Amino acid sequence: MTNPLIQPEPLGQPAIQVRGAHRVFGKGRKQVDALSAVDLTVADGEFVSLIGPSGCGKSTLLRLVADLDSPTSGEVLVFGKSARQARLDQEYGIAFQQSGLLPWRTVAGNVELPLKLHGINSEIRRRRVAELLELVGLTDFARSHPDQLSGGMQQRVAIARALAESPRLLLMDEPFGALDEITRERMQNELVRICAETGAAVLFVTHSIPEAVFLSDRVVVMSPRPGRIAGVVDIRADGLAAAHDRSAGVREEEGFFRAVGEVRSLLHGTPETAAVARGVDHR
Amino acid sequence: MALVNVVLTRSRAIVLGLLGVAAVVATWDVYKALGPEQGVLIGTTRVLPRTTDLAMPHSWEMLQRFGEPVTARIGAPDAFSAVFDASMFSLGLAARGWLIGVVVGLLLALAMSRFRIVESALLPWVVLSQTVPLIAIAPLVRRWGSEIEIGSYVWTSQDSVAVIAAYLAFFPVAVGALRGLKSPDTTHLDLMHALGVGWWRTLLTLRLPASVPFVLPALRLAAASAVIGAVVAEVSIGLKGGLGRMVIDYAVAASGDPAKPWAPIFGAVAIGLLAAGAVGLLGLALRPFRLTGVPR
Repeated sequence: MTNPLIQPEPLGQPAIQVRGAHRVFGKGRKQVDALSAVDLTVADGEFVSLIGPSGCGKSTLLRLVADLDSPTSGEVLVFGKSARQARLDQEYGIAFQQSGLLPWRTVAGNVELPLKLHGINSEIRRRRVAELLELVGLTDFARSHPDQLSGGMQQRVAIARALAESPRLLLMDEPFGALDEITRERMQNELVRICAETGAAVLFVTHSIPEAVFLSDRVVVMSPRPGRIAGVVDIRADGLAAAHDRSAGVREEEGFFRAVGEVRSLLHGTPETAAVARGVDHR
Repeated sequence: MALVNVVLTRSRAIVLGLLGVAAVVATWDVYKALGPEQGVLIGTTRVLPRTTDLAMPHSWEMLQRFGEPVTARIGAPDAFSAVFDASMFSLGLAARGWLIGVVVGLLLALAMSRFRIVESALLPWVVLSQTVPLIAIAPLVRRWGSEIEIGSYVWTSQDSVAVIAAYLAFFPVAVGALRGLKSPDTTHLDLMHALGVGWWRTLLTLRLPASVPFVLPALRLAAASAVIGAVVAEVSIGLKGGLGRMVIDYAVAASGDPAKPWAPIFGAVAIGLLAAGAVGLLGLALRPFRLTGVPR
C-alpha cells in the first residue's frame, strides 16, 4: 500500500520537479489533454517508473522532462534548472524504445557520439568508451556495427551511450519494450547493477508491472483521458531493498508480489484503493 | 572464407552478365536466320521487323564495321576511332552536366528539407520540369545562353548541352536526396535534440550519412540521364563532334551501309555503362554509409 510517510530523503536538489504540468495537443474539438495537473518529484539517485495504459501520457511526461516537448502550462525543473537549460547543459542521458544507433558507426563510435559532439578530445573519449563498454559487457564488440548485434545488445549500446557523459539523471522510454521476456529480465538485472555503479536517478517509462516493481524505488501509476497520476506505490514500503541494492532473487520475495498487486489494483482502478491512493498522493 | 565468397559472387555476376549479352546476340541472329523476310504481321501491323540485311544487319557485321573506314574518302579514320572520339566528347559534356545537376539537385534537396515552405513551393516545379520535352527547351537554353557574357567568358554551344544534360540529371538527385535527408526516424532526431545539437551538426552527423543509400541510386540514374540529355541536346542544338550528330549523320548511310548507324548507338551504350560504372565506384568509397541497421 502507498505510504506517504516514507519519502526519499532529499539530497540537495531533487533530480526532477514537475509542478502542475498540463500538456494539451490539438485545438478546438480535436483537443486532447495528454497530461493534466501532474506533480512529481524525483530525488537525486532515486529510481522512479511511470506505468499506465497507452495514452496515459507517461511518454509525454518523460518528453517534457527531456525538453523534447514543452508543457502547455506548469513548470518542469531538472536539478533546479529549467528543462531547456538542463538539456543544453547535458544534465541527463536518454534511451528510447528503439536503440537509435547510427548504423554506419561502430559500437564504439556510437557510444562516443555524445562526447564527440561536445568536443571532448579523443584520448579521453577512447578511455571513457572502454569503461562504458566494460560496464555493459560489450568490450569484444567495440568494432562491430549495430546490424551485427542482437536487439538486447543494441539496447545495451544505447544505454552505454546514454551514460557517456556520466549524467546524474537517466531518462528511459520503454528501453526494453521490444525485447523478449528472457532478454528483458537479464537487462533489468544489468540495469540495477549499472544504476548502483553510477548512482544516477532514473525516470523509467514501461508497460510492464513486474519490470516497474523490480527496478523502482517508487512506481507512479498513470491513467488516461486526461493523462494524470492515479497514485504512487513506494516499493520500499513493501519491504524490498532500495532499487540500487536489488538482486534477481527479489522477484521471488513476498513483498515483490504485494507491490505488484498494489500497482495492478491502481492500474485497474479498484475503486477504494485508487481513491485512497489518489487522495494521499496527488500532491 | 568471406573473400572466397565475394570472388564467387563477383565471377558469377560477370558470367551471368556475359550470358545475358550472348542471349541477346543469339536471339537477334537466330530470328534473322529463321524469321520470315517480310517480318511477322498481324493484320497490317508489323509486330516483328523484316529480316533483310538492310533492316537487321548481322551482329558480326556491326562489329566488323568498327574496323572499317568511316567513308570511302581517302584518309578517312576507321569507324572505331571516330565513334570513340565522339563518345569521349559526349561523355565529357555528360560529365559536366552530371556535376552541375548533382550540385543543383543536392542544394535543392537541402533547402527543401530545411524549410517545409520551400518544399511546398519547389517540389511541384521540380516534378513539372521533367514533363517539358527536351527538344522544346534546347533552343531556349541556347538563346538565353548566348546573352550571357561574364568578363571574357563567352557562352558556347557546349555549355548549352551541359546545362540541358544537367536539366535531366538534377531531378533524381533532388528527389532522392530529399527522401534521404528526411529518412532519419524520430528516435534519431530526438537523440540529436537531446544532445543539444543544432541543424548544421545534425545534418553532418545524421542526415547526410543517412541519405547515402538514397542518393547513390539517384546519382546512378542521374548519370544515365545526363548521357541521354547530352546526346539529345547535341541533336537539338546541332553541336558537332559528339554522338548526337553522329547518329543523324550515320543514319543517312543506312540504305547503302546498314551496319554503320549502329556504331554510334553502341558508343552511346558504352558511355552510359561507363558513367553508371563510375558512380558505382563512388558507392564503393561510401560503403560504410550504406549500412541501414537491418541485420545482414
